[in-house]
Amino acid sequence: MTSASSRAISRTAAVAELDPSSRKLGRGQRALAIAGLIVLLLVLWEAAKWLGGDPWRLQGSILGVAFSYDHTPPFTWAVTTDLALPHVWDIANAFVQPAQRGGQPLAATLVGAALFTFQEALVGFVIGALLGLGLGILFVHAPRLERAFVPYVVASQMIPIVAIAPLVVIFLRVGWLSVAIIAAYLTFFPVTMAALRGLRAADPRALELMRSYAASRRSILWNLRLPTSVPFLFAAFRISASASVVGAIIGELPSGIPDGLGGAILNFKQYYVSGPEKLWATILVSAMLGIVFVGLVTLAETALTRGRYRAPQA
Amino acid sequence: MTGVPTRGGRGSPVAARAVRRLRDAAPVVGVFVGVVLAWEVGLSLLGIQQFLLPRPSAIAAALVDQWPTLVDGVTYTATEAIGGLAIGSVIAISVAFATARWTVARESLLPVAIAANSTPIIAFAPITNNWFGSDNQLSRMAIVAVMVFFPIMINTVRGLTLVSPSSLELMRSYAATDWQILRRVRVPNAMPYLFTAFKVATTLSVIGAVVGEYFGGPRSALGVYISGEATLFRFANAWAAIALACLLGIGFYVVGVLAERLVLPWYAAMTKADA
Amino acid sequence: MNVSDPGPTRPDDEIASGDAVSDGGAGSQAAPVVVDVQGVEKVFDTDRGRLTALRGIDLSIREGEFISLIGPSGCGKSTLLRLIGDLTSPSTGTILVNGKPARAARLGREYGMVFQAPVLMDWRTVQRNVELPLEIMGYSRAERERKARAMLELVELADFDRVHPWQLSGGMQQRVAIARALAFDPKLLLMDEPFGALDEMTRERMNLELMNIWRRTGITIIFVTHSIPEAVFLSSRVVVMSARPGRITRIVDVDLPHPRTVDTRELERYFELVTSVREALRRHETDADAGSSDDGARIRAEGLA
Repeated sequence: MTSASSRAISRTAAVAELDPSSRKLGRGQRALAIAGLIVLLLVLWEAAKWLGGDPWRLQGSILGVAFSYDHTPPFTWAVTTDLALPHVWDIANAFVQPAQRGGQPLAATLVGAALFTFQEALVGFVIGALLGLGLGILFVHAPRLERAFVPYVVASQMIPIVAIAPLVVIFLRVGWLSVAIIAAYLTFFPVTMAALRGLRAADPRALELMRSYAASRRSILWNLRLPTSVPFLFAAFRISASASVVGAIIGELPSGIPDGLGGAILNFKQYYVSGPEKLWATILVSAMLGIVFVGLVTLAETALTRGRYRAPQA
Repeated sequence: MTGVPTRGGRGSPVAARAVRRLRDAAPVVGVFVGVVLAWEVGLSLLGIQQFLLPRPSAIAAALVDQWPTLVDGVTYTATEAIGGLAIGSVIAISVAFATARWTVARESLLPVAIAANSTPIIAFAPITNNWFGSDNQLSRMAIVAVMVFFPIMINTVRGLTLVSPSSLELMRSYAATDWQILRRVRVPNAMPYLFTAFKVATTLSVIGAVVGEYFGGPRSALGVYISGEATLFRFANAWAAIALACLLGIGFYVVGVLAERLVLPWYAAMTKADA
Repeated sequence: MNVSDPGPTRPDDEIASGDAVSDGGAGSQAAPVVVDVQGVEKVFDTDRGRLTALRGIDLSIREGEFISLIGPSGCGKSTLLRLIGDLTSPSTGTILVNGKPARAARLGREYGMVFQAPVLMDWRTVQRNVELPLEIMGYSRAERERKARAMLELVELADFDRVHPWQLSGGMQQRVAIARALAFDPKLLLMDEPFGALDEMTRERMNLELMNIWRRTGITIIFVTHSIPEAVFLSSRVVVMSARPGRITRIVDVDLPHPRTVDTRELERYFELVTSVREALRRHETDADAGSSDDGARIRAEGLA
């Protein structure tokens, strides 16, 4: 190894000696730790129900061995009843059962709904990202416009668009596209601010270098500013991705768009008493949608930037 | 970044600063006034249906007319936002301290928290409404608490752990105890991170409270009022309430900014110098 | 020419060979040994294998001396400094500071440390930054203020006590860092390329100030640097180290007169010493055992050999 990298390595080793709590786990160990945490949460969930929920009457067979288990919890808490906090296995079971009599399994319905919502969120995300980047580029090259409009860009985020989402959807009356517009609205602010920061983050010396080549503004933008802004943009994209999903779900709520997750939530909320697990399953799928979307963005970022960018300094 | 800031100049520096601020604000104010005027005039000129998007004057009239109800709604919802913000922040900061301390906790909790932060937490509103009752402010407070928990916890952990190795070496050379390092280095280092997340949390709290109420709540809640008036096609009232919700969110954010200036006076000056 | 070659070293060799430096006290044979490094080796275990940073280090430093550690990048001089300061432990060998193990010396707060970056706390004023170690060590408030002010006077920054670090220039920040390091009257000062980030003129000025402080406090200083002129200008002895794995290849006695001033840099003797240090560095960079092959290739490529 080169002397520079060996120095970095010995420095890291020295720091690890110095600050034990800054130790990092290996990838396998981390996966194990996370899995352990999730298992712990599930155990706590059921433990709470064991202590204070509705009576347990389990019957069934595992691997051909029949078993039954009856248990009456010592306490009675409102939050841990089967209605409020269904058993983990009931929720899991709900995925494979049909949502309605004779229909397809809930999992299929939910995945379909998720894809529908994802489509809205994705379209909105792309529109918002392009708009945000465009505004960023515009403002960097026209400071007067920036001074006049950036306060509004900032103020626009003060408007709880998520709160207005239902109204906007009714107003625009274009079905799922209105929801996409909400997602776009939620996306463009973080992206604009990130673009402003990122496009300006170029090393001044690099800018001087470009000027010494008498490079045009477009050339500077393409060759210097945009590449520099990529890490900033992706940080904003991750936030926007999750915001788009939230916006899409909320936007679907009152407008009665039944095909998405918002509609599913409303539906199962209405029929909560007859099947609380279905609502929980829907919420779980909504959560997964958010995670998956952000995960996709992170993958895109890794693919685009692997090896090309210096790791961020602590 | 050389030398000490010098004083002096001609005339009164305070007045000069105020004039400069006004001049900077002029284009912003101009755009605002322009938009409002265009909105007011444009709608009647173009004959656009005032059905869904009433004129500013109509909204203002509704504000005046519905004032008592609106004030009740704002108070009710603001209480939920503040309560959730307080509960969420306290739990988040406590968990952050525990997480920063133990490697296993950090490597497991932090990724899970980051993932959970990308989920639409508001989707749990029907569940909390079911738990605590939709007439109970606690339902929305719970949602708000969860919504603000993740960003505050994640950022505080970052602030507590992203301390330069040189600082830690320095502390070790003083034979400082872990507690002294926490108190004198990690906590002050974490404060800017904490406040950044807190400012985000202030706006989230209002949004969470209002949207949570869309899933159910008493009539005195702002969110219920908004969706109720919209269903009855009384959009001027709905927009008036929305305007107040916006102001509430902005107000909370401003409080966050002021709190930051109060607790971290050095930070504002320092970041301005860097900019 | 006063150059002592330690060979397979023994502490007494450095003192026995050649004249002592020409100044009262500093490095003279009567002064007690404050740092005693014997047979020290440092190996890092990393996921890319074992990395030997230092091998076979023996070094004795007497009270009041100014010792520079100089060597190519990655030779382990900073690691050696940190071993003396008990910021890391040796794999083999012992380190005694003031007659105690390094760890006890650290716990007894017997040395101050200055890094290349000032490492000042943004949220504290200059005076409160200087008071930091005093707070940790439990001094009373009145004591802290008195000592901090005295130190700021020493580095000539008394007027800036209420200013925040980011408002100061790099050189001034380093002076605050030095004041902080001296605040609790340590007998030993460890400095890791403290002026490395400064421009040449500021650096020379800081060198003079450091000489001033050294004279007034009589403190023992161990100073890591990349700069040969700086090492020769400041030190009573210059310890030359080889490339990784670092060994001490030569110790150069600097017999320039004290006090060191701007004129010192004009002396012919100064140039002779700079040359001899440079040759010591160069010779051991091209030794067959002086580090891995790609280091050798790099050195040849940079025209140093």
